[in-house]
Amino acid sequence: MKLANGNYIRSPNRYSWWLRQGRYVRYMMRELSSLFIGVFSVMMVWGLYRLSQGETAFTAFTDMFWSKSILVLSVLMFLFAAYHSYTWFIVTPKAMPLKLGGKRIAAGVIIGAHMLLWLLCSVAVWAAFVYGGAV
Amino acid sequence: MSTYDPNVAPKVSNKPIIWSLFAAGGTVTALLTPVLVLLFALAVPLGILPAEMFSYARMESLLASPLIRLVVFGILFLSLWHTAHRMRITVHDFGLRSDGAAVFVFYGLAAIATIVLAVALI
Amino acid sequence: MSTKTSILPVVGSHHRTLEVEVLRYDPDKDDKPYYQTYQVPCEEEWVILDVINYIKDNLDRTLSYRWSCHMAVCGSCGMMVNGEPTLTCASFVRDMPAKIRVEPLENFPVARDLIVDMDSFVEKLSSVKPYIIAADERTVEDGTFTQLPAQLADYMSYTHCINCLLCYAACPQVNLNEGFVGPAALALAHRYNLDSRDKGRSVREDVVASNAGIWECSFVGACSEVCPKHVDPAAAIQQIKIAATGDYFINFLMPWKKSKNTDEASSGGGK
Ligand code: SF4
Ligand code: FES
Repeated sequence: MKLANGNYIRSPNRYSWWLRQGRYVRYMMRELSSLFIGVFSVMMVWGLYRLSQGETAFTAFTDMFWSKSILVLSVLMFLFAAYHSYTWFIVTPKAMPLKLGGKRIAAGVIIGAHMLLWLLCSVAVWAAFVYGGAV
Repeated sequence: MSTYDPNVAPKVSNKPIIWSLFAAGGTVTALLTPVLVLLFALAVPLGILPAEMFSYARMESLLASPLIRLVVFGILFLSLWHTAHRMRITVHDFGLRSDGAAVFVFYGLAAIATIVLAVALI
Repeated sequence: MSTKTSILPVVGSHHRTLEVEVLRYDPDKDDKPYYQTYQVPCEEEWVILDVINYIKDNLDRTLSYRWSCHMAVCGSCGMMVNGEPTLTCASFVRDMPAKIRVEPLENFPVARDLIVDMDSFVEKLSSVKPYIIAADERTVEDGTFTQLPAQLADYMSYTHCINCLLCYAACPQVNLNEGFVGPAALALAHRYNLDSRDKGRSVREDVVASNAGIWECSFVGACSEVCPKHVDPAAAIQQIKIAATGDYFINFLMPWKKSKNTDEASSGGGK
């Protein structure tokens, strides 16, 4: 588009701009992870709602939730959720440049600590559910 | 979305309200969602855990504690609003430029889900 | 035949012909830009700017572009090379494929050939008040500020910006939101916010924490990936988001605390 002052505006395509570079594709996949996290969260909300309605309703929910046709979606939900975790923790040193005794903590240490926390939380939740019994 | 115009005095945004939910939700989901998906969506279909572990009676007894119910509410509440805010921005990135419509749809859905969640847990 | 003395460095003996596609645009003649291809005999040791200079000196004197220092200091030679925002005096021919495409930086209006109109950037840069706003008026008698090396280190990396605009060319949100203040300007705001001599954060927040400021950023991170000076604007913006969120809630919960120096300082300088 040529402007009145002679300048020319070149604008990338409004819908497909992100396909031009790997870094933009990775960004869009990161953003789309929230869609899968959202779908999962809504399913959990729905499951809790059905649970509150009694045993028959809850069984109907689990039959649907664990059916073959949902399995592909569940795998996708897992993959995107894990990608979200990875992308979230890998940038923690940028958002939180921590200092210890006046010195910057190395980025790798901050990332590593978050990844470790992720692992610990995962194990804790799994163990709490499996061995928790009646709390 | 808004633009910087040198002729108009800019105003401090109220985005911190939704952004703090987005950021807290991003951290909570990063720490917990993968294991929650594995546990509740995949463990039974993949045969890792027996379905009896997720029986009605067991789930009810786990959720009997008000503290557990509060934690569950917190996790799902933040996950929902994290999604709502990120999707608002993502549809704009995908070329759908009506921010008002995105706010209405995504924040609206998150609000409905929040109400259903509260009803289910009370 | 006249032999022109070349300013180009001829150091190695690795001759190589590069096919260079250059975006051309003359606002007086052209309705829209087009590509022109040149065959350029190169040395592997050349940088891309040497290639462009060769074209200008030997093949086509009508080509317009900006450069000055040839040593990654002045920030004027930024161009798109094969779609990547590139400081052409700091990227080598030896790293390039046989054919390259050189275009003006994206997300800016093209003024002529490889020259972009950067007025919007200059305006945005000055909008964040990139200078020290002290708590009190200082006189010469007060002497100089003191600052510890550790305090200097807090903001040092954010002073390295050379205004090359690569980060603006890389940022999708600059493209999608015309008025977005953008990476380099926000990183410079952060540089002053972090400076121990400065008390102007709340004054800057009028622009920096407005909808057109940090909140337009979705943390793509492309700015930091292309920055030739490792300024890391993406990190700066996330840190401002966290600080601004804290300030917002403090101001909201304790309106009477609203930073004392705000009014004095804002009447002090800037527009
Ligand atoms: S922040 Fe980096 S990429 Fe952006 S203008 Fe400054 S030096 Fe260039
Ligand atoms: S010519 Fe000065 S930075 Fe490249």
